[in-house]
Amino acid sequence: MVLTVVSSIRETYLQAYRGMLLARLLDEKFASLYRTGKIHGGVFLGRGQEALSVSIGMKLRPGDIFAPLIRDAAGRLAFGETVLDAIRSYLGSPLGPMRARDGNVHRGTPKTGYLPMISHLGAMVSVVNGALMAHRFQGITGMVGAVSLGEGATSTGSFHEGFNQAAVEKLPLVLVVANNQYAYSTPTSRQFACDELVDKAIGYGVQGHSLDGNDLSACLKVVGDAVDLARRGRGPQLVVARLLRLCGHGEHDDSNYVDPELRSAPFARDCVKVSEEYLLQQSWADQTILDSWRNESIQQIEDAVATVRREPAPDPYAEDWSALSSRHLLEGQEEA
Amino acid sequence: MSITYLEAICAAQAKALADDPRVYIYGQDVGGFGGAFKATKNLAREFPGRVLDSPISEDAMVGSAIGAAIGGMRPIIEMQFADFSLPGFNQIVNHAATYFWRTNVTCPITIRLPSGGLSGGGPFHSQSLEAIYAHYPGLVVMTPATVEDAYSMLLEAVAIDDPVIYCEHKYLYNHLKADKLPTEAMPTGKARIARPGRDMTIVAYSAMVHEALAIAEELAGEGIEVEVVDLRSIKPLDTDTVMASVARTGRLLCVGEAWPWGGVTAEVIARVASEGFGLLDAPPQRLNAKDTPVPYHPNLWAAHRPTAHSIGLAARKLLRL
Repeated sequence: MVLTVVSSIRETYLQAYRGMLLARLLDEKFASLYRTGKIHGGVFLGRGQEALSVSIGMKLRPGDIFAPLIRDAAGRLAFGETVLDAIRSYLGSPLGPMRARDGNVHRGTPKTGYLPMISHLGAMVSVVNGALMAHRFQGITGMVGAVSLGEGATSTGSFHEGFNQAAVEKLPLVLVVANNQYAYSTPTSRQFACDELVDKAIGYGVQGHSLDGNDLSACLKVVGDAVDLARRGRGPQLVVARLLRLCGHGEHDDSNYVDPELRSAPFARDCVKVSEEYLLQQSWADQTILDSWRNESIQQIEDAVATVRREPAPDPYAEDWSALSSRHLLEGQEEA
Repeated sequence: MSITYLEAICAAQAKALADDPRVYIYGQDVGGFGGAFKATKNLAREFPGRVLDSPISEDAMVGSAIGAAIGGMRPIIEMQFADFSLPGFNQIVNHAATYFWRTNVTCPITIRLPSGGLSGGGPFHSQSLEAIYAHYPGLVVMTPATVEDAYSMLLEAVAIDDPVIYCEHKYLYNHLKADKLPTEAMPTGKARIARPGRDMTIVAYSAMVHEALAIAEELAGEGIEVEVVDLRSIKPLDTDTVMASVARTGRLLCVGEAWPWGGVTAEVIARVASEGFGLLDAPPQRLNAKDTPVPYHPNLWAAHRPTAHSIGLAARKLLRL
């Protein structure tokens, strides 16, 4: 029995690590494509947040709802997004889920519960609430919804309205806040005045959980517990992870404003490196295996990039320029 | 039996709830209380669990409607006043309105806006916001002017697969009565000739249709025959019916209760001037509310918005041009 549990913990950890690694390498590829001018618009990386993000994706099941944010490549892949679709969105392929109409991190497949974010922070909270309310109306039970946010988003009115709404309706919502110390360039001291963000849970009448976000074991445990509690009908759960964003807000940003003292804090260590050390220390993997996993992921990403770059670009003359699905309500159709 | 515009809105919602298990109503005080204007009177009792009070959270009201709609529901959101839709504006225009275009997944939500003025409403309970919603792609904007349209267009709004902004006029709530609810309806996107005439066209929508009809009746006594076009929906806007009317009359006056800058009257005139310049015998005219917040006192309020009297002055001026 004990052996089975250990084996299961190890398997989960290994799976999570590989998900983190894939996301990290995918992000690095996006950064490289950005620097060589192959990506239109911004590139936003999840460097330093992979352990937390992958834990959300892994603890959700098919049928659950997930609204990731800009630093969630790991969670998106773990929830079922393909590397191909992620790359299609960044490169603007019409074969991607957003068909080149939207791109980069604004991507998802609503029919599978993977909701595409809009740029307005906090806006996804109430949308996930609504999806959970639909489950309630339809008699669907046992499903949860998760929303990923940064600490900056907790300052918005949308966050407050959405989180309060979830609490009032006692919805199975897990709200995961990555407190990565900076919202673009704004430090937490200019974002909120409470000692700990997780204390906000009290004010909303929900259960709060906090952890260091670069500890993969802790992420899997705490996020998993919060998801389980929500699934068992215990209402909304707030998870706040302390970590440091190990990149700019976007790749255009050198983040020279980050306090050097923060960089040396224990919670600021790179979660991928921390996990690798743990794997080696536990003898769950050796360097040869780590290298082979890395090479496998790089190959997978390179193959997908090559595929997408062979795909056609969107054609403005063939584009269906209609914002309504009800074609009879479009103006000017006779002339078209 | 007679039924008011407000009762027609309530009856349409009762029918939508009865006919379609995907429909629910969500808004402030809409539950047991029946809504600030009683547009959901008795519905919470008749449809338990499907008419829900929301917190005072317009952003989250709309956001949750989006999530529910993509999850297969047909939410009706009641804004207590159109003015209060603005805290939910972001979710409406940036999220609901972009959903289908971005994702190819439809977002069928109906947002009811109790619009326009009642005397004493003041700056924050009197606004007419149809134009700012019509400005955004991805929304249908309805402005029913009759009891029949209030009923049938609300049912259609719920059936449409896209987000619909349904602007119901508060002045009409209890001022308009019909003998019975309609069994047939004109499709949304078709304007209605509310009164035929040969001398000039007045294009109006919502409560202004009735102000236009009142002055048309008065002018008829002087031998001036005014054609009144009720737009019914401002998006889509039935340019064809407007143009055909202008072709008959040669003169156009466009009336709206909203503010003058941009908006529905400007759009109608732009289209007629651009596509039907040769039909015009005189420069097209427009009449709107004054370019100030909506005032509180009845004397000021009555002077702020177009009325039959001020429309009459504009109409006589147009006839002299």
